[in-house]
Parts: sequence; C-alpha cells; structure tokens
Amino acid sequence: MEGGVLERLKEELKDLAKSVEEHKGFILVLVDPENMRESALRLRSIGFDHVKSVTVVDRIKEGIFEVGYHVSSYSNEDLAKVIVELATHIPRDNPRIRTLTDVWPSAEFQEREAYEQFGVIFEGHPDLRPILLAPTVAELHPLRKDFKVVEEGIYKESAKAKPASGGDKVGK
Amino acid sequence: MPSETPGLRLSSWEVGETRRLPGMEIKRLEKELFEVYIGPQHPGSGHMRIIVRLDGDVIVEADPDIGYVHRTMEKLAEGRSYVKIIPLIERMAILDACNVTLPYVEAVEKLLDIEPPERAKYLRVLLCEINRIGSHLYGFGIFGVFLGHSTMYMWPFGDREVFVELAERLTGARLTHTYPIFGGVRRDVPEGLLDDLRKATRYMRRRLEDYRKIFLDNPVIRRRLEGVGVVSKNMAIDLGLVGPNLRASGVRYDVRAVEPYEVYDELEFEIPVFEEGDALARAWVRVEEIKQSLRILEQVADKLEKTKGEPIMHEKFWAKAPPLFKKIFEKEGRVKLMPVFAMLRLPKGRAFARAEAGRGEIVYYVESDGSPQPYRVRVVSPSFRNAIMFKYVVPGHRLADLPAIYGSFDYFPPEADR
Repeated sequence: MEGGVLERLKEELKDLAKSVEEHKGFILVLVDPENMRESALRLRSIGFDHVKSVTVVDRIKEGIFEVGYHVSSYSNEDLAKVIVELATHIPRDNPRIRTLTDVWPSAEFQEREAYEQFGVIFEGHPDLRPILLAPTVAELHPLRKDFKVVEEGIYKESAKAKPASGGDKVGK
Repeated sequence: MPSETPGLRLSSWEVGETRRLPGMEIKRLEKELFEVYIGPQHPGSGHMRIIVRLDGDVIVEADPDIGYVHRTMEKLAEGRSYVKIIPLIERMAILDACNVTLPYVEAVEKLLDIEPPERAKYLRVLLCEINRIGSHLYGFGIFGVFLGHSTMYMWPFGDREVFVELAERLTGARLTHTYPIFGGVRRDVPEGLLDDLRKATRYMRRRLEDYRKIFLDNPVIRRRLEGVGVVSKNMAIDLGLVGPNLRASGVRYDVRAVEPYEVYDELEFEIPVFEEGDALARAWVRVEEIKQSLRILEQVADKLEKTKGEPIMHEKFWAKAPPLFKKIFEKEGRVKLMPVFAMLRLPKGRAFARAEAGRGEIVYYVESDGSPQPYRVRVVSPSFRNAIMFKYVVPGHRLADLPAIYGSFDYFPPEADR
C-alpha cells in the first residue's frame, strides 16, 4: 500500500524532487526552496489536503534550517494512511521562504509558530506575527540550537557553578 | 473599580475610549465598531484570550490570542533523556495523559524497532479509552459552564470521577499516569478492576441517556446550539481540523481506524460521523464516541481476563531486568523503571507517529542523532490545530453565541500551548 504511494510520488515529482525516501512512519520528499510551491500544488492536486505539522529542524552544523510540511489527506481514504513530509533546506543566516498558506490554509498558525520559534520568515503569509510567545521572547527564537536554556540547579552549588551562563546572582 | 465602569451607555462613550467589564475590556474603535478583549481569565476554560471586533453585536473579526500556558516542551525535550520526556509531555493534557504520550512512545519504539507484547497493547488501549471518556466528560462539564447549565457541569464532573478512579487503580495516579513506557506498560491490572470496569460501563450508558434528556434534547440548549458555528465539510478539511470537530462536519477520519495502532484493528467499534457541522453535532459526536469507548472497554476487559499472567514488557528489556524487578512484578504486578532506560541511546533516524487523543489527532516527529537526548521532538496537539477555528468560524455570529461556539470546540488551552 505505502510502496504504491512511494512510486507514485516519485513519478509525480520526478522533475522537482531531489530525493524521495521512506522513513519510519512517513515519506520524506526533499526539494529545492524555489520548487516548494509547485510541489505543494501537485501534492494538493493528488489529494494531500491538509498539514499536520510544520516541522522545522535547526541543523546548525550545516548552517541550514530544514523546513518541512507533514501532510496527509482527509478526503482520500488511501492517502490518509500515508504521511508525506515535503521539506526543503534554507540558509540559517537568511531564513526566508514563500508561505504555503494559500495552498494549505491549515498551515497558517503553524507557520506563525515556526516564525516565532526559529525566525523563519514566510513571505506572503497573511498574518505573520508571534502566536504562543510574548513579542520580546519571540525575538530570541528559543527553538534554535544556539539558544541555551539555563536551568536552575536543584542545589545551591550547581547554581553557583555556572555564573557565566546567567544564573541568578541573588545569593552570591 | 467603579470609576472605570461607567456602564456601557453609548451616548457618553467616546471613540477610542476603553471601558472594562469583569473578564472583558471593550474599546470603541469607530462609532459602530467595538473591540472586545475577552479573557485570558474567563469563567470557561481560561488561559486564552479572544479579541473580537463587533459591529453592533455581530462579530466581524476574531483573533484567538493563545500561548498563556506555553511551556516550551519541544525545547525542554531536547535536553532530557528519552524516558524523562514522557512525564514532561503528558503535562499538556493531564486528563488525557495516556493518549497524548502514546504516539511519542510509539515513535521511540519505531526507532528502536521493538513492539510491546500483546497484553501491554491491550492495557494501553484500556487506559486510552478510560482517558477518552474522562476527557469528553470534562469537555461536557466546561460546555455546561459556558451555557450557564449548572447541572451539565455537575453531572459529567461527578461521573468523570468514576473513570478517574479506575485510572488511579490501574496506574497509581489519578492524572499524569506515565503509563505506557518503551516496550510495554508500567503495571498490570489489579484484582477486581475489570469487574468494576464493567459496572462503570453499565452506569455510564444509563447516564448518557440522562444527559440526553436534560441537556442535548433540552429545547433551550437546542435553540442555542442548532445551526450555530456551522463548519462545512470543505472548510473542516481546509482548516485541517481534528477529532470530534472534524467528524461533526462529515469527515470520516479517526486515526484508530485509518492507521490502527496498538490493537485497535482487533476491536469492534464504529466511528460516529455527523453531517450538520454545528455546535449540537459536535456535542453529539462526543456522546456517541463515549458509547463506542464503552464498547471497546468491555472487549478489552474480556481479552485481559483471557491473557492473565502474560508479559507486559518487551522481552529484550525484561531479560536485562535485575532479579528484584521480577520478584516485584510477580508480587505486585508492577514494572519498576528499567535501568536500561536511564541512558537509552536510540539508533540514528527519524520517526513520525500519530494517535487519536480525546480531542483529536496528536502527532509526534522524533529525530535521534544517536546521543542519549533527542535531536528534535516536534509535537502538534489537537487543540492547537483546532485553534484556527476561532479565527474562521466565529465571525458572522452574535457575541452571545460565542460561549456556545467556544464550548462546542472543546478547546483546551494547556494542550494547545504545549
């Protein structure tokens, strides 16, 4: 069943996809950023009608963000069994990509989340502003790998051990 | 603050002036246009603000302002070992804990390439369905609050106690059970639980009939819900709604049927679907789903009686357990936390898993780079996907319909905010 979809995706997207491979629980379709929209439109026309997750992964060593849309189908029962991730790589220092909200309206709030958590700018998004975070926190883009979480130590010693990372200096 | 509340007399209300009511702030934007800030503290579910713009009392624009209980779970998960993430993520819906953690556990199991023994799968389904009923009853209670129907608040919250107690006897905790763990579950069923479970299902069926009489078929409630907050099938698909809100609009999609996980393919149950797409249909879907869950529970109880004494933990892990663990398991039916989990390293890879939680589909993306902590955990909860409804379904209704629509969404802020 899933094998059939895999072949079909390879056929439909053969001029656009850099790679189509099967992972555990989903099929990953990797395309160039400029081909995202065209690929999305084709997936939509096959019957992938909604976005389950806009998944951004910060690959800091390679200097890229992997922006992926996990999509599936409500209207087609066979495709509903399959999850496809349409993903692309964009540079970390200039994270811009065309929005896909006009193809999949269900991505609207999730693109806003990716915008605040990673700083990915979705060009053409109808309402791009933070959704979960307060504006001051959203500027820090907390889900980026170079944002370090300073956790409070359970014991005073451990809190003292890391003054450089901005631990509280109340107790001295 | 009497000086700040000169009433809502329009004649003395300047354009640009803000006035306050309990839980609300209203600004007059133009002569006929008002901006109302509702929440984040309000008598329903709380922790969520809706900004609506009103022309007269008709809503022309609604902007859900969520995130008041955001806990950066995805970020925190990157700094924790795999097993510690289970108690972290279940905090997003403590009353639905088994359902929201199960796909995470499944994703990790996919990466480990293991499958739990059959009895463990049935035990997982047992708690999942208990949680689902509990979650729907909680939703009904909140719905009752929104509509000012105090009986419908008291009854489901009282009846929910039956299922919360069953969950407590099974897992040791009323909420936040941390029950499914990699390769199995933490506890076997205690003596006498399955008999009480059957009693509970009989009781609940009777109560659903009472709910129908006092709430769903109540003429006042029907007038408030029928034809209100209608979502068409195409709109539900486009907005990517999940759970009962989707199935009330005529879309037959339930992960338990589409991609059966655990043992759902061996159980007999139906997927209730309604075509109307209004607030009343969304309430009815939940009632019918509780009935199906009761059916599942009875089948699971029969099966568990037949497979008594079978293992509830994957043999690969169980073989490494110290002798003391096996003694405790034989005596108390309890699996202690496996030492192998403390520094569990997963093979490199990516996994995606989904499950049908009480409020709808929940999905996880887990990526491992081979270290003891995940490289990335992405979770999208059902309420977060349903939050978009406020923006697109609410406009066009009167402000007085907002509580009925909000209540019918069964929106749960801690789950949406993660």
